[in-house]
Amino acid sequence: MSIPAGWQIDIGLEIHAQLNTRSKIFSGASTLFGQSPNSQACAIDLGMPGVLPSVNAEVFKKAVEFGLSIGAKINQESRFDRKNYFYPDLPKGYQITQMDHPIVLGGELNILTSDGTAKIIRVTRAHLEEDAGKSIHDFKPGLTGIDLNRAGTPLLEIVSEPDIKNAEEAVAYAKAIHQLLTYLEICDGNMAEGSLRFDANISVRRQDAEKLGTRSEIKNLNSFRFLEQAIHFETERQISVLEAGGTLVQDTRLFDPDRHETRSMRSKETATDYRYFPEPDLLPVMLTTEFIEEIQSSLPELPSKRAQRYQTAHELSTSDAALLSQDRRLGDYFDAVLTFSGNAKSAANWVRGDLLSKLKEHELSITACPISPKHLGEMIQLIDQGVISGKIAKEVFGALWSKQTESAGDYVRQNQLEQVSDASAIEPLVDALITENPKQAADLRAGKDKLLGFFVGKVMQATGGKANPQQVNDLIRQKLSEV
Amino acid sequence: MNDLVNEKTLVELSTLAALPFEPEKSKATLDALNEVLALVGQMQSLDISDVAPLAHPLERHQTLRADTVTEIIDASALSQNAPLYEAGLYFVPKVIE
Repeated sequence: MSIPAGWQIDIGLEIHAQLNTRSKIFSGASTLFGQSPNSQACAIDLGMPGVLPSVNAEVFKKAVEFGLSIGAKINQESRFDRKNYFYPDLPKGYQITQMDHPIVLGGELNILTSDGTAKIIRVTRAHLEEDAGKSIHDFKPGLTGIDLNRAGTPLLEIVSEPDIKNAEEAVAYAKAIHQLLTYLEICDGNMAEGSLRFDANISVRRQDAEKLGTRSEIKNLNSFRFLEQAIHFETERQISVLEAGGTLVQDTRLFDPDRHETRSMRSKETATDYRYFPEPDLLPVMLTTEFIEEIQSSLPELPSKRAQRYQTAHELSTSDAALLSQDRRLGDYFDAVLTFSGNAKSAANWVRGDLLSKLKEHELSITACPISPKHLGEMIQLIDQGVISGKIAKEVFGALWSKQTESAGDYVRQNQLEQVSDASAIEPLVDALITENPKQAADLRAGKDKLLGFFVGKVMQATGGKANPQQVNDLIRQKLSEV
Repeated sequence: MNDLVNEKTLVELSTLAALPFEPEKSKATLDALNEVLALVGQMQSLDISDVAPLAHPLERHQTLRADTVTEIIDASALSQNAPLYEAGLYFVPKVIE
């Protein structure tokens, strides 16, 4: 959707990412998804009288990893606050969050806009808090069922500045955050399970207006598509209200994907007063400089740096570099294949082509790949050394995949698949083909170069793919020029 | 002393706090609240511009625990005082239309 002439849009995103810890942020209950209702909600998660929260160190480690990856300031001392509201899926009557002293301040993320140019989106802050439970509305008529398994799951809420100017940029930014979180392996990024959810603050203003317009907050968008659609519908709504001479009220809205509209939940006048105050059950958290430095030194090479290295040091194309660096484990696999093969271009082709399509076909992740990088690297070496042809390599790849062999070299030897580079073995075949196909031979000699493929194909067929295609090429040309 | 809280405010506060309003106790409650607020007013006359706000009464920092699952959950025991508990779910009056 293009933005109507004379208008501009300002969007800020709040992204809630569930951190993939084993236990909850304030209790030792498990965070496993998909368990039977309330089987993972302990007395602390249920807000039973007399319980006290205890803070999971791992959530701080993961939040710091994120902060350092976006160049943010890490607050060595951060504090928890209570955000009070009544809702059945929040049994304590308040959420423990970070209001005035969040763990991460500032930072930025690069995105690519639709015209391919880079743009920086500034991050305001990221803070730690606990997730609420889930309400189930359709189980019993007139009643709402409450499952508190999710209550207390650690969340990192990442808040951006209103630097986003349209729905496409919002999706690009949301995807960049998703990629970074999964790359750092601090969030599983599974949006179907609610591991990443977006709230979008949207406002519109006339092209020449300096001040931001009145904003609406669209809550709980759980897919990139819904995020994009909600922004389209909401900006259309706001612009049509203003163009009709109306005024907007600041409100919180819900997106209804079936009706293609956003609906007001509450306006600013009726907004909840959360009565924030410092959490009396928890002391301020102080992280040592060593703790932060240790995380800094163990951070993986980030996707953008990795892609840059692939392009500059290994001369890969932009698309190869982007694809191989988007997933940390895929990048690690490729790096290992590169080490064993010494041929970046060929390694990229095999990983990106045959390997990824096999993994997709069998619905496997790169970590479950049956071919080790060492064995794939050795196979590429065999091609580069002229031991096997590209065609035979496909067969060897299949054997490695199906675990018929552990070693490409052994398989080639055992099945006598070495490329035939001995001219004396190929020459008689070429001679016979020229004699059997006089017309094609004459045409080729007369300049119909397409027919070269015909002869090369015949030789490859006769040798079971073991002939060296370049050598066959040269031999045919040589034979024809001799006559 | 001017009363800071009157009966109307008290009724509003009772509603917000979800506590029953008891008219026979209103005078005693009003007096107590106004005494507290008068004390707050007295404290506000102090100049504390160079005093950092107190985050916590203890001058210590939070101890963090390791990320391990330590809780064994007995949902049937935990659900004993729930008015309506069925199929593992706590039930409350419907919260959305």
